[in-house]
Order: sequence, then C-alpha cells, then structure tokens
Amino acid sequence: MREITFVEALREALREEMKRNDKIIILGEDVGKYGGVYRVTQGLIEEFGENRVLDTPISEIAIVGAAIGAALGGLKPIAEIMYMDFAMIAMDQIVTQAAKMRFMSGGQLKVPIVIRTQYSLGRAHGSQHSQFYPSWFVNSPGIKVVLPSTPYDAKGLLKSSIRDDNPVLFIECGVLYRSKGNVPEEEYTIPLGKAEIKKRGEDLTIIAVSRCVQEALKAANKLEEKGINAEVIDLRTLVPLDVETIVNSVKKTGKVVIASDDVKYCSIASEIAMTVMENAFDYLDGPIVRVTSPPLPVPFSPELEKAYMVSDVKILNKIEEAFGYKLS
Amino acid sequence: MEIRKVQGASLSEIDTDPLKLLRKMVEIRKFEEKIEELFLVKGTLIGPAHLYLGQEAVAVGICSTLSKEDYVITSYRCHGHAIAKGVSLKKLMAEMFGKKTGTCKGLGGSMHAAISLEDGLVYATAIVGSQIPIAAGLALANKYLNKKIATVCFFGDGATNTGAFHEGINLASLWKLPVLYVCENNLYAEFTHITRSLSSRSVAERASSYNMKVIVVDGNDVVSVYKAAKEAVTEIRNLNGPIFIEARTYRMKGHGVYDQAKYRDPKEVEEWLKRDPIKIFKKRLIEEGIMDEKDYERIENEVTKEIEEAVNFAFESELLNFEELYKLVYVE
Repeated sequence: MREITFVEALREALREEMKRNDKIIILGEDVGKYGGVYRVTQGLIEEFGENRVLDTPISEIAIVGAAIGAALGGLKPIAEIMYMDFAMIAMDQIVTQAAKMRFMSGGQLKVPIVIRTQYSLGRAHGSQHSQFYPSWFVNSPGIKVVLPSTPYDAKGLLKSSIRDDNPVLFIECGVLYRSKGNVPEEEYTIPLGKAEIKKRGEDLTIIAVSRCVQEALKAANKLEEKGINAEVIDLRTLVPLDVETIVNSVKKTGKVVIASDDVKYCSIASEIAMTVMENAFDYLDGPIVRVTSPPLPVPFSPELEKAYMVSDVKILNKIEEAFGYKLS
Repeated sequence: MEIRKVQGASLSEIDTDPLKLLRKMVEIRKFEEKIEELFLVKGTLIGPAHLYLGQEAVAVGICSTLSKEDYVITSYRCHGHAIAKGVSLKKLMAEMFGKKTGTCKGLGGSMHAAISLEDGLVYATAIVGSQIPIAAGLALANKYLNKKIATVCFFGDGATNTGAFHEGINLASLWKLPVLYVCENNLYAEFTHITRSLSSRSVAERASSYNMKVIVVDGNDVVSVYKAAKEAVTEIRNLNGPIFIEARTYRMKGHGVYDQAKYRDPKEVEEWLKRDPIKIFKKRLIEEGIMDEKDYERIENEVTKEIEEAVNFAFESELLNFEELYKLVYVE
C-alpha cells in the first residue's frame, strides 16, 4: 500500500468529498490562494474555483458564523480555524450557536458543518498557539468531536465528518502533519463513534487520543520487550464515545492508563477514568493512571516544552509506579 | 457611501393594503400586552421576555414585503418579527408557555420563539450580535445556489458594538452578499442609552464605513419602512447587496418584561409616546378616509379574540416528554 502524509490524507479527503458533493464549500484564513498555512487546502481553489474555496479575513466569529448560516441555507461548509487557540474567539458560534440550534429549535434546524482545526503543542509555538482543550467541547452537547492520530484515520474520519449532518469539530495535531502512513487508493470511510484497538494486548490497557496514541504505541513496544503486552486503544472520537471498546479491554486487562495532551484537571483522561469506574469497576485490579499535561500554560523554550509534554517515557514511568513492574 | 433617508412616505407610494399593515401591528401590540399581563399581573409566565412594544412598524413594514420563502433571522426580541412574518399566534403563544405545540416544542421559549422554518423564520438568537455573521452565511448559500430569495437580519443598536457585527458586516460587504441588515435603533442597549455606548456619530454612519448602501428610515412610520424595505428587498432578491437599514424607533417598555425602565428621561418617553406607531398610523388612515373608528375597534376586537384563543390553546397544550429531549440533540 502507498504511504502518504497526514496533510496529504486530509487533502485527499477534502478533494474527494468536494467532487462527490457540489454543496461543499471551504472557508477560512489563507485557505484559498495561499493554499492553507499548513498546505492542507493546497490546489483546491485552482481545482474547484473561488466560489467553493473562500479566503476569509482574520475573523473567526464570521468564519464559523457564516459556515453555520450557509449550512442552514443548504450548503455543506467546512471551516478552517488555523489554530485551536483561535477557536476560543469563535466559541459563541461553535458552542452557543451551532451546538444548540437543533435542540432549542425543537429539532427543526440542522447544522451540517465541519470545523477543522489543529493544535501545535510540541512545535515551540508558546502558550497561545499550543492549547489543546477538547473537553470544553465534549462538555457542550450538540457537537461531535473527532481526533485522528494517523493519515489513514485522518482521511476516513474526515470523510465521515463531512457526510455527517451534525456540527463536527475535527481536531488535528500539528506535529503529526508530516507523519506518513499507509492509505489505500480505494474509497473508504471510518464511522464516528468507533474506537480502534491500535495494538492488541492482555496485560494492561493504554487509552489515548491524537498525538498521544503514537506515544502510547512507542511505550507499548518497549513494554513488549519486557514481556508485557499492552493494548492500545485510540478513541478517535470523543463524541460519540465508544464506551464498549474501552470496557471490553478493561475487562480483559484490569489495568488502565490514559494518555492525553490536555491539562490534567477535568481532562479527557478524567472523564475516561470515570467512565471506566462506572462501567467496569469490578474488573479493575489497580488504580487508573492519567498521563497528561501539567496544570501550566505551555512554555515556549523547546526543552521546557518537551519536559511539559506527554511522552512514551512518561507513560512507562507511570506504569512502573502504578503497577509495580520493573522496567528499568 | 451616501446615506439615504426615507421618511414621510405617502400611502400612494406603497403597493399593499394599509389595513393589512395595521392589523399586523395591532396583533403584535395585543400579543405583547397579553404577554406582559401573563408575566406581571397573573404571574403565569416566567423567564426572560423582551417586548416589542413601540417597534411594531419596523417588523411589519419590513416583513410585509417578504414572502414565506424569504429568510428572517433575528434576536431574542423576536415576537414582533414572528408575527409579522406570519407565524400562527397559537404556536407562538404555546412556545411562551414551554409547550410541545410551540414553534420550538417549548425548548426555545420567548427568546427563540421566532424559529419556525415553515414560516421562513430561520433563527432567533439570545446572544447579542451573533445572528449577523450567520445571516451572511445564509446569503452566501442563496448566492451560491442562485436562490432568488431575500435574507433579512434584525438586530438592535446594542449589537452594533459587538465583534460579531463588525466581522459579519465586513464579510457580507466584502463578498457582496444578498442580505438586508435591519438595525432597530430603539436608543437603548439593555439599560444604557446609545449615547453612552456608540462612538460613531450614528449607526448608519458606522455601517456606511463598510462600503454598502445605507438607508435611515423613520421606524415609527410603517409606510416609510415598507417603502424603504420594498426597494431593498427587490435588490436583495436579485442577489445584490448587502443593504443596511437603520430604523429609528423607540422601545416603549424596558429591556425585559420586568424592567420598569426608570432610567429614562420622562420627557424623552413622553415625546416618543406621541409618536406611537399604531396611534399615528390609525390617525392617518382615519384622516385619509381609509377606515373609521369603528373599523379600528373591529380589528382590535378580532385580534383580542384571536389572542385569547391562543392563550387557551397554550394552556391546554401538553409538555414534551423529558425522554424525547435526548432525541433532539443530534441528527440521527
């Protein structure tokens, strides 16, 4: 199978879906003539024209607001918010408008928009260009939250997000953009709400999202060298959440580690830990372990940032500490 | 761009039955008076409600130029727009009561009651200014789909100080989107007079800096509003735009139903009450021999009866079952 980058996979998904559905438009900062700040939309304006790929001013409220309006008017808009940090500027439109519209209209409205964004933790972008806060959106019923960790998932999940009739927040990870992976030439989609077991194992379960899936896999490979078989679950979507896959794994292993780039308190890891408690408490034979970002803004200094971030080593240290394995 | 003024238009300048306009204005007036009574006198309704009393000429003048298919998007002060656009009074009243027969099955309430797709009432938001970029998006869809219908977006003067206003208006003008923005300048943003919040010399001047057609209209004269809207809507339907109307009017009551509005200068109130849009239109129709006092009474009685029926309907309607709420969050 051919290998392509994460960015190429996203671009393929956009191109294929735009060919399939002429109601799709893309709007965002620099997405047209410039080709997107991370080149995801490169070439699309040439292929689909200025009516379908729209460069916007630096106006996040208007980008999301116009996407919502266009969706209400019968289009399928894909809005790009350049950094996840900037989504906060449009928070009213995302959370208080898009996510609530269906419910408070008594089911009359639907808002089929995709908001693509990315977080740049790990690229020395400092405190205001590195934030990752998916739990804010998980806490806002009415929007789906998708986080791909591989080029294959990026393409399949983006296609499904585009075909979904609900608002979808599609959170990419900047440090994964150049990563390569197998992506078939043939058409495929990945359903929203299905986690994937990225590596099978019986001894413990590592649950992760986005970039941390890769760290979890590295940790799992090192554990294997010590004869410990870790199962790695990539949640892929936080809303809807695939509780079944989590619970089935915990029943098998009895040990749970959760790795995510958001700040520890009220994090995704907190929620998954509670989900395990509520659904598989009797199967646990140890504490649930969280490996997350510390409660600090992201430091710029690349060395300090590295120390701040979740890594395979941090995951292994926590496992050693919590479950009494001798790894070193 | 130049700011045009429309005021003192004569009845011969409009192509609609003036009695229809009057009737709609009376419907709004009586509906809002009933809402006020249900809150303050009877204590039947609770929650926020923002009355449209005094601004009837704007909603009726604008919406009477629209068809069902045309889009209206508005704010929480939305009852007037809903009635003017033709929503059933029963459904609207049931929404106030939170009943499942309401426009939004009782899940929206007063502030979102003007969401009724079958009437072209696309959205009503409770966050000041947030409808302005959404309206741009609706217009973008119409332009893209070559759908020759109008998008009309209502908001108050307070909204012109939000970021959403500036971002939305800039985008609409930049992309030449077919949307009619109607700012109902009622002089108060919540409890604060416009002179204490607006740095520009006027709303119209602020809008004109975004390089679009701007019209200032006497918002208490339904004939002038209709005349200005008719021309604007025709242009918008031909997918030109945007166009901005500042309708200068007055909120006869407080911000919300519980607000006694004692912060206002009594002289200001007195002057504006002399220009009550229904009172002046009624006087004019009688003077021009289009109706007499008895005709007006008949209209009032009919409307009063209709509103009583709406209240009864709302009272008797049922609530949505709580379990059904879970099915209304996502499209399955």
